[in-house]
Amino acid sequence: MEILIPTIKLATIYPEIIITTFAILVLLLQVFPTVIGKDYLGYTSLAGVILAAIITGQGGASGEGGEAIYSFSNMWVVDNYSRFFKLIFLLGTGLTILISIKYTKDEGINNGEYYSLLLFATAGMMLMAGGTDLIVIFLGLELMSISLYVLAGYVRKRLISNESALKYFLLGSFATGFLLYGIALLYGATGTTSLKGISGFISEASFGSPILIMGMLLLLIGFGFKIAAVPFHMWTPDVYEGAPSPITAFMSAGPKAAAFAAFLRVFIEALPSLQGIWVDIIWVLAALTMTIGNVIALVQDNVKRMLAYSSIAHAGYVLVAFVSTDKLGVASILYYMLAYTFMNIGAFAIVIIIGGKGEEKINLKDYTGLAYRYPLTAAAMCLFLLSLTGIPPTAGFMGKLYIFSAAIKSGYVGLATIAVLNSVISVYYYMKIILAMYMKEPESSVQHSPLVFTPAMIIALGLAVYGVLRMGIFPSAYISMAQQSYLSF
Amino acid sequence: MMLLLAAGTAAGILVATTLIGPKKEFADKMEPFECGEHPIVSPKLRFSVKFYLVAIFFVIFDIEAVFLYPWAVIFKDLGIFGFVEMMIFIIILAIGLIYVWRRGALEWQ
Amino acid sequence: MFYIIGGVAVLSALIMVTNKKPVSAAMSLIVVMFCLAGIYVILDAHLIAALQIIVYAGAIMVLFLFVIMLLNIQEKEGRVAKHKIFFQFTWILATGYVFINMVKLIGAGDLPARMEGNIDGFGTTRVVAEILFTDFLLPFEIASILLLAAIVGAVILAKAKIE
Repeated sequence: MEILIPTIKLATIYPEIIITTFAILVLLLQVFPTVIGKDYLGYTSLAGVILAAIITGQGGASGEGGEAIYSFSNMWVVDNYSRFFKLIFLLGTGLTILISIKYTKDEGINNGEYYSLLLFATAGMMLMAGGTDLIVIFLGLELMSISLYVLAGYVRKRLISNESALKYFLLGSFATGFLLYGIALLYGATGTTSLKGISGFISEASFGSPILIMGMLLLLIGFGFKIAAVPFHMWTPDVYEGAPSPITAFMSAGPKAAAFAAFLRVFIEALPSLQGIWVDIIWVLAALTMTIGNVIALVQDNVKRMLAYSSIAHAGYVLVAFVSTDKLGVASILYYMLAYTFMNIGAFAIVIIIGGKGEEKINLKDYTGLAYRYPLTAAAMCLFLLSLTGIPPTAGFMGKLYIFSAAIKSGYVGLATIAVLNSVISVYYYMKIILAMYMKEPESSVQHSPLVFTPAMIIALGLAVYGVLRMGIFPSAYISMAQQSYLSF
Repeated sequence: MMLLLAAGTAAGILVATTLIGPKKEFADKMEPFECGEHPIVSPKLRFSVKFYLVAIFFVIFDIEAVFLYPWAVIFKDLGIFGFVEMMIFIIILAIGLIYVWRRGALEWQ
Repeated sequence: MFYIIGGVAVLSALIMVTNKKPVSAAMSLIVVMFCLAGIYVILDAHLIAALQIIVYAGAIMVLFLFVIMLLNIQEKEGRVAKHKIFFQFTWILATGYVFINMVKLIGAGDLPARMEGNIDGFGTTRVVAEILFTDFLLPFEIASILLLAAIVGAVILAKAKIE
């Protein structure tokens, strides 16, 4: 019997191939240590990330003009949307590697596996952004999640890190189960796992079969867990607090963006005919997520934990834009995720610097009087926090502005009002850190060990500061990039 | 029908022996035979985590092996294309094996 | 035939859930796995049946038993929750509700036509292989990377010493 062998455009997955190859390379360099020293493993993986970013930026394949290129039997697409997200992931991974280099040495976890798993997670995220078939999206999600479970527990001698990994794994695999069951039900209802096929089938059959709706709800729960939306957020504070700080920074930026990428694509591309149902649910999720994230963040003294709740709240803001589902909404999500990557990884970089060896100084009191000792560091932290709050002239302000205006234009004034009120609440806890840094005298009784700055860390901080300011002051270039990304959708 | 008959015979013999056979229960008889010591004791020491690692590797390479079955079925039809794709798959997992080996995870210490 | 195997499967599943000894529960789970494999055979899905036995009844069950021994769980009754009856009642209600809905769904024949019946040996090894190695090429290769990442993760988390 003849078998039709599909034509394959290998060029469409070059960035993914590069990331995977470097992940394997770093892994092998770890076990064959004679080739290069262990100190260069981080830089090797960084080279891979940069290479992949360049190729993604060039269009991956022949994607000029921004038209989408499908390949692998329509399971894979290179379009501006996926390219924009891939650049966000690569940026997040690159920054994470930069802030990890000293940290891993301090904690005695300077292994090839650390970087290898980071790269595997990145590959998984990229697959989530470019997959147009539920199977590919699911496998990408699993690749990302499994790497993250391990990374969260990477510092094995620290009990809290183990706890974090275990919680993340148990709850994460539960959520994966929901997602998989949702995919199975969608397949059962439509007979296909391809996003186009599903939407085609639903519009032809034009009925809201209960199986279909149940599948959609399960998918919603699965993705809701991955983006840490309330009420599926329970894992976030503990996991973020326990995981090594660079990994926390990574988790809050890349994987969250990846989950949003897949979430948006699945719901807008495959289930537009059920929009009437899911928009209402996401409306409620958005309102809950913002409010609960911000309110609980108010009472946190541990800065890492506070940033965890703040990241929940930010997922809520992004959900606000999701509700509007139009071009402006999607563009504002893209813009916001990029801005968030800069500002959040920046903030975590400072947390790592101040935390010092063994991550002991992560409470609010460790920040008192920082401005008197390290004015530049304090200024950078101040900038990131202002951006997270959404105060001009930062990237966070423009991001929130676009999200809120997208919501208002689509007629969700109520939700936008809740979002604005929440931003006001968030001022309080971000200001708490800023006040501690600037207004309080350093306690003379406490012995401060000097902070250590490495070149890699300074580069990462510089990039983050540049990104936050650049996107805040000259946002138009990024906005038009984000808007073009929707066109090909 | 055959199946029912077979199952019925097996079940019948079991039931018959329990019904007809003499039953004398006492403590020593109820224990599995083992020279000189009580075979059922609660293990004081926990199982080493090493067993777990071996079990995980077993699962993973088992899954790899399972993919070979469908591949073998249509190997001739796929030709060189199928060969290349399976080689990529196997090489990636072989790297996993090399890694495990070099890392010393297969040694029992 | 289906009802025999299905009945045994449901029965063993019940034994598994209600049994307090972890090892006995695991053994009943094996029976469930074998019964599922039998059902797959009835459905002409021979490959899935083989997978079910090789991967689930074989490898995964070994893992289960190792974990049971690793944790060294004693045969103790778990702490009785304060509102045990209330919880049990809620669970029964919830499962009952889902069950009734499932029956309704299946009874209503709401499934699309293509799910009914066996089309051209749907599910046989050959058909599965043809799809797996052509259309599902990308997921197939991703699976190998996923397994590699899992290997690395297992070594990192479970190996006694990592220098």
